[in-house]
Amino acid sequence: MAKDILKKPDALYEVYHRKPGEDKKNIHYCPGCGHGVLHKLIAEAISDFGVADRTIMISPVGCSVFVYYYFDTGNIQAAHGRAPAVATGLKRANPDTIVISYQGDGDLAAIGGNNILQAANRGENITVFFVNNAIYGMTGGQMAPTTLVGQKTMTTPYGRSVQNEGYPIKVVELLATLESPAYLERCALTDAKNIAKTRKAVRKAIKCQIDGKGFSLVEVLSACPSGWKLTPVQAKKWITDRMMSYFPLGVTKDVIDEREGYHPEKVKLTGDRIEEILGLKKEKLFRDKSMSEVPEQYRNPQIKVAGFGGQGVLLLGQTLAEAGMRHGWNVSWIPSYGPEMRGGTANCQVHISENDIGAPVVDFPNILIAMNKPSLDKFEPTVQPGGIIFYNTSLIDRKPERDDVETVGLPFTDIGDELGSLRFANMVVVGAIIEKTRLLDEDIVKEAMKEVIHNKKFIPDNIVAIERGMAEAKKLE
Amino acid sequence: MAKIVVQVDHCKGCELCVEACPVGCIEIDNEVLNKLGYHPAKYKGTGCTGCGICYYTCPEPDAIIVYKKNEREAA
Ligand SMILES: Cc1ncc(C[n+]2csc(CCOP(=O)(O)OP(=O)(O)O)c2C)c(N)n1
Ligand code: SF4
Repeated sequence: MAKDILKKPDALYEVYHRKPGEDKKNIHYCPGCGHGVLHKLIAEAISDFGVADRTIMISPVGCSVFVYYYFDTGNIQAAHGRAPAVATGLKRANPDTIVISYQGDGDLAAIGGNNILQAANRGENITVFFVNNAIYGMTGGQMAPTTLVGQKTMTTPYGRSVQNEGYPIKVVELLATLESPAYLERCALTDAKNIAKTRKAVRKAIKCQIDGKGFSLVEVLSACPSGWKLTPVQAKKWITDRMMSYFPLGVTKDVIDEREGYHPEKVKLTGDRIEEILGLKKEKLFRDKSMSEVPEQYRNPQIKVAGFGGQGVLLLGQTLAEAGMRHGWNVSWIPSYGPEMRGGTANCQVHISENDIGAPVVDFPNILIAMNKPSLDKFEPTVQPGGIIFYNTSLIDRKPERDDVETVGLPFTDIGDELGSLRFANMVVVGAIIEKTRLLDEDIVKEAMKEVIHNKKFIPDNIVAIERGMAEAKKLE
Repeated sequence: MAKIVVQVDHCKGCELCVEACPVGCIEIDNEVLNKLGYHPAKYKGTGCTGCGICYYTCPEPDAIIVYKKNEREAA
């Protein structure tokens, strides 16, 4: 599309309102910096393709951290090197969005090295513009992974040495070894010919995404006169004379034409569906309860449930947390187990609170459930004075030693066995907790149990187990 | 006739356009110091072919506007 007038593209703001200070009309880059040229090329393509309204630019960390001052598109600024992960989320949440990740060489090739590798390998349908200026510009000219051998930087004052720092990373060659990327090219912002090629590559990469062809990345050799301590004109010459021999220009991968466009549907999340996913469906049993209805020593409890792996201690904790949530309280649940999946010890930690929960960890429980002896041995000393210990007399041949806590000993495993399976023991405990603490209401706990157990055919047995636990605890009084 | 307009207070005086212009019709105006504190680029007044190379070479979005035809024709 030949234009009669060449001027700032619409996809760059007329006035940079987000920019602090008086000067809202000039970009912040140093004189002769390549970032400005690339901004213009990207903005021109976005304007020409008419996609500004559905484009999101991702600013990196580096001199171009302020991309969002300039582009009249959607904008997000990502943590150092994480732009490809942010881009992935944006694109997957809304495949219609044109997601452009703009990254420097420190950002993309150093701290974000694995991020870009994995995004490219997943073949995310995003476009990445990678500014290779062989240096960390913003932080004052330190060595980047792309710094040339022999190049003097603040952190390589005698020049980059192969023995110390290895060779510079060739990003587009590296990514070209992967099957997934659709289009990879290296360009240079030097003379008119190479700038025209860069312009073409920028447009091709964005088009690649619009057409649903997959991952594209354009590496742009770009001047950093300040970091290189050269004049802008010398800096351009330095790209040609020094950078290009190590970083050859050209396409390293292009399978755009071989690919079918892939245009996934946007996943529409209605309020209903979100409630369903979060398990908040209205027909569920919820009933707000005030902690003032709970005996004082069990209010806002911190609970630890410990036993062997396989005793259902994690599920036991989940049932308590789920029930607490249905009473309108804040809850947290975290499991903790050894590296062995079965046979080892396992525990979970549960907070139920009418206040905010700061950390989910429970170091000093006021409700301890010990399903085996090692658990009682280990955690009995940690129970808060005035707390309560439920312990499984089937497997524990001693009484708790503490005299400043309440104790409830029942043969949970034997009772479960008698009800038909060792696996019901955990719900017998739940019943005992309901009876002893009055924290959670029976009907709510039963509903919570139905939610958390995986095999729904055991619901009736587990209801019997809960009721039996309540009855056994009552007998102790 | 083609021409360029340099928006003086957007120019950082990097001289890339001066170097890039194939017909050499841009120079640095050493008489002027702009608001940013640079001697800005200046169109010599004749010779522009409207090729657009200076526009694409210039890192500043607003510093150079290229009119490929004269303004009235373009509008
Ligand atoms: C997590 C984190 N680590 C380190 C930094 C410091 N930091 C800011 S910019 C930068 C380097 C950016 O270099 P590059 O990506 O080459 O961009 P340029 O500035 O050259 O355009 C670093 C290390 C940071 N902001 N965040
Ligand atoms: S330090 Fe380098 S990369 Fe950063 S704005 Fe200046 S010239 Fe550009």
